Amino acid sequence: MIKFDRVTKRYGESRDALREVSFSIEKDELVFLTGHSGAGKSTLLRLIMLMERSTRGQVEVNGRDLQSMGRGAIPGHRRSIGVVFQNHQLLFDRSVFDNVALPLIIGGYDHREVGRRVRAALDKVGLLSREGSMPVTLSGGEQQRVGIARAVVGKPDILLADEPTGNLDPALSAEIMQLFEEFNRVGVTVLIASHDLALISRLRHRIITLRDGTMVTGTSD
Amino acid sequence: MARTNGREGAVHSRTGLDDRLHAWLRHHRMSAADSLHRLLDKPWSSLLTWLVIAIAMALPVGMNVALENARSVSTDWDRPAQISLFLASDLEQEPARELHRQLVGREDIEEARFVSSEDALEEFRQLSGFSELLDSLEKNPLPHLIVVFPAEGAEAGTIAELQATLEAMPEVEQAVLDMEWVQRLGSMMALARRIVLAVGALLVMGVILILGNTIRLAIENRRDEIVIVKLVGGSNAFVRRPFLYTGLWYGVGGGLIAALLVGGGLWFMGGAARSLAQLYQSGFEIQGLGIMGGLNLIILGGLLGLAGAWLAVSRHLSEIEPR
Repeated sequence: MIKFDRVTKRYGESRDALREVSFSIEKDELVFLTGHSGAGKSTLLRLIMLMERSTRGQVEVNGRDLQSMGRGAIPGHRRSIGVVFQNHQLLFDRSVFDNVALPLIIGGYDHREVGRRVRAALDKVGLLSREGSMPVTLSGGEQQRVGIARAVVGKPDILLADEPTGNLDPALSAEIMQLFEEFNRVGVTVLIASHDLALISRLRHRIITLRDGTMVTGTSD
Repeated sequence: MARTNGREGAVHSRTGLDDRLHAWLRHHRMSAADSLHRLLDKPWSSLLTWLVIAIAMALPVGMNVALENARSVSTDWDRPAQISLFLASDLEQEPARELHRQLVGREDIEEARFVSSEDALEEFRQLSGFSELLDSLEKNPLPHLIVVFPAEGAEAGTIAELQATLEAMPEVEQAVLDMEWVQRLGSMMALARRIVLAVGALLVMGVILILGNTIRLAIENRRDEIVIVKLVGGSNAFVRRPFLYTGLWYGVGGGLIAALLVGGGLWFMGGAARSLAQLYQSGFEIQGLGIMGGLNLIILGGLLGLAGAWLAVSRHLSEIEPR
């Protein structure tokens, strides 16, 4: 589903954010990506989302080589991936419902279909009763769950998460991870970047560890 | 009409061209409504922008309407040219009158007025106040005069030809074409039209730049939103659409207010123009923009709005990428 083949990402003249990274994530897998901050976790996710392009090497997502993907194809590529951001990236002047509906609006679904899917996604994350609320009135954990609902509402094949439990207490973090495991069980490929080793090592999934841009462990199972 | 749609669920398939068209139309409708709501949510700042655009559009349009009115006044002076025929000084009154009768019969002459040398002297005596001096003259120095008005609608060239023909007649000493003032007026109008065009072009550019800047600010204000929309897969066209509609609404509103301004201005001047026209025994009435003119102004405003928005969007939107 996601395949990196000797991928290097260099910023400027000398700093390599990623160096010769190779791994492959199969369909239906749930993989954790870990490493200290600055190790290249975010860069790796950004390459998958085509927010950046690799300097060398090949990134393949869903069978498509991202290097050869033109600018016009980027929006469609991003629609096929659900992303949960560390800082939630919610629209604070729109209701919870409108935030979750955004990918469907972009996808051009008709409003009945939008309503049905948004409520299903909100129900999944336990926020159905808050659909009319504004994001500022929600707690950090609830905002994160809105972000997750938005990521899965379009039924993507791949779900990426960048430090989804970054600002949450352990109980909430465990709950959020459970949500990801549930999505994984229904066939979504999940890649979660997290530095919370204590949490992720309990969960018994494959872990890819980065250190200074190189892979230390996790090439394959 | 029987529907031959046998496949269940085909309506929900999103790959069909029909569905894509519906989605596209739906987003257009939504963008149009959303951007209008945003403008109406801030009525005062929107009104200011509308007024700026309206004034910039009303100025050249108002000037043009004034110019059109001036032209209709000047064509109301229905005989712009007249030729004065000064007859040979030794010509007696009878052959002169005979010539006058001939001229009246000509097709290329609308009217000819005979002024005998006595009448002319009398008129001159009254108007000039040189009566004593004129009395001391032994002999009337003035020739007979025929004032010829060319047929209505005659071109300047035809009139000049007529003048030459008349001047060639043996009875005619000199044929003077009193056309200079018409030409002067004509060239003044042409100059005024050029000025209106130049001012108009400048103000049109001004409107586009003002709108471009307004849209640029709107884009800046919604930078975070644009980033998020692009992150979850919004295309450039999707992001662009609401801003183009914002420009359209600014332009349409500006055009509407411009039409009202021009209409109001003409109404304001109408009374004064009418009483002035009455003093000249003229039935002149100010001609306004009319419904079509107003509609054109609104459409023009909309187009300028779109142009300004396009300018801003094409320059600034592609710079905003998720970082």
